Amino acid sequence: MKHSRSKWLALLWLLPFAVVFGLFQIAPLVWVATHSLEAVDGWGLGNFREVFDSPFYLQAIKHSLQIAFWSSLIGIVVALLGSYSLRRVDSRLRDFVMAFSTMTSNFAGVPLAFAFIILLGFNGALTLILKQSGLIEDFNLYSKAGLIVLYTYFQIPLGVLLLYPAFDALREDWRESAALLGANHWQFWRHIGLPVLTPALLGTFVILLANALGAYATVYALTTGNFNVLPIRIAAMVAGDIFLDPNMASALAMVLVGLMLVITAAHQWLLRRSYHVAR
Amino acid sequence: MSRADVTPAGVYHRAVVYGLFLILLLPLAGTLLYSLATSWSATILPEGLTLKWYLALWSDERFLRAFGQSLVVCFGALALSTVLILPLMFVVHYHFPRLDGLMNILILLPFAVPPVVSSVGLLQLYGSGPLAMVGTPWILIGCYFTVALPFMYRAIANNLQAINLRDLMDAAHLLGASTWQAALLVVLPNLRKGLMVSLFLSFSFLFGEFVFANLLVGSRYETLQVYLNNMRNSSGHFNSALVISYFFFVLVFTWAANRLNKDKP
Repeated sequence: MKHSRSKWLALLWLLPFAVVFGLFQIAPLVWVATHSLEAVDGWGLGNFREVFDSPFYLQAIKHSLQIAFWSSLIGIVVALLGSYSLRRVDSRLRDFVMAFSTMTSNFAGVPLAFAFIILLGFNGALTLILKQSGLIEDFNLYSKAGLIVLYTYFQIPLGVLLLYPAFDALREDWRESAALLGANHWQFWRHIGLPVLTPALLGTFVILLANALGAYATVYALTTGNFNVLPIRIAAMVAGDIFLDPNMASALAMVLVGLMLVITAAHQWLLRRSYHVAR
Repeated sequence: MSRADVTPAGVYHRAVVYGLFLILLLPLAGTLLYSLATSWSATILPEGLTLKWYLALWSDERFLRAFGQSLVVCFGALALSTVLILPLMFVVHYHFPRLDGLMNILILLPFAVPPVVSSVGLLQLYGSGPLAMVGTPWILIGCYFTVALPFMYRAIANNLQAINLRDLMDAAHLLGASTWQAALLVVLPNLRKGLMVSLFLSFSFLFGEFVFANLLVGSRYETLQVYLNNMRNSSGHFNSALVISYFFFVLVFTWAANRLNKDKP
């Protein structure tokens, strides 16, 4: 009897956590979700209709998706090649590069944008080298291609961090067995390596996509909010100085959250399918 | 050099790893060189080297204030997180293990809901009224708690599983300790490492948080990242010195976490 009472008293300890979490995580989300349905002409889907009718908002969604997709794809390919090779070099080099990669995963946002302006801006050292060597005609960091390069940079360390442990699943004797049975390098990867790594690759890709879709600081610092992507549009309608429309911002915010949910659901579905095929 | 290093495959893997390192190093190295350059424009290499940008930075009062305010917000948020999360972890894992599933869903929220989305609601809810916190460090401390929560929860949960909480508590009870004494004197010291690692890591990314800081507080309580953004129009060399100083600080904390993680308990 005494024991069970102390058990229920222990629940009181959860109260402060619940209050703070509710105030700073749940309440804002609930506010956004309800007010996204409050349009000028009353409650309903008016705001969402406006989003999907406006070329400007549609462009923001398109840019966000394109930048997120390409930066995640290039990022995951580099991270995959890198993590695999990291497994096969001596431990001193591996530990050093892994530690460095972990550290650079914190190098994002405003400082990263500044570093890229110095390197790849109009007069950046790297831009000049590449131009003088004739490799590129011109490079505009403040364009979509420039943003993809910039985003890719902060995707790579995160990708390495997430993919590196996944190679544990790929046992060394499988490679030897495959070789004994006459499989060459490509056949091994096509039929064993990649299928084994698929769940990890999908999971990492989803996290990279979400990471890029929600990113605000880097693009804001680079273009002072002049490049049209979803997070910039949302922020401009609650903290900009031209016109404020929190309800419309909420609708766009829900579109962003919706995209995140679709990506997560697609991931779950693909994951189940990949297991099914493996069986 | 071992035999594996000179085979074609060995050479290939080393080349890839060095390539990866070079890609990650390049922006940092460029910024470092820029921060040490007397002047560098429209040429591939700078004209001369100097430390004057660092001297200018570290004697700028606004910078030092922003630095201090960043520390206040980060340490405040980490203290709040520790006080809220530790009892939660203990109660969930000792009394209500079933709640762990619910918690694992809740800690996904800070990932699924980007800060820019939360900010929309936060600005409206706490802009005025009884909880008018917008523009003060308090709102940042609260928000940073949600940012740090998933990392701290996971790190401490892993640590709890490793120490076998139930056996430890039973042993302490048998020896006559109350639940309170057992939690504080037996379990807490065993969680020290997991807690410290997660605090160091959380610090290193909270220190670089920009979205909440800029949207909710901005110049009214300028943190380092907001200061950096507000200085965009000053000298690029000055900004580079700022970026390098910031990164050096983060580096020390990540390195400390790494070291702590590797030490055998």
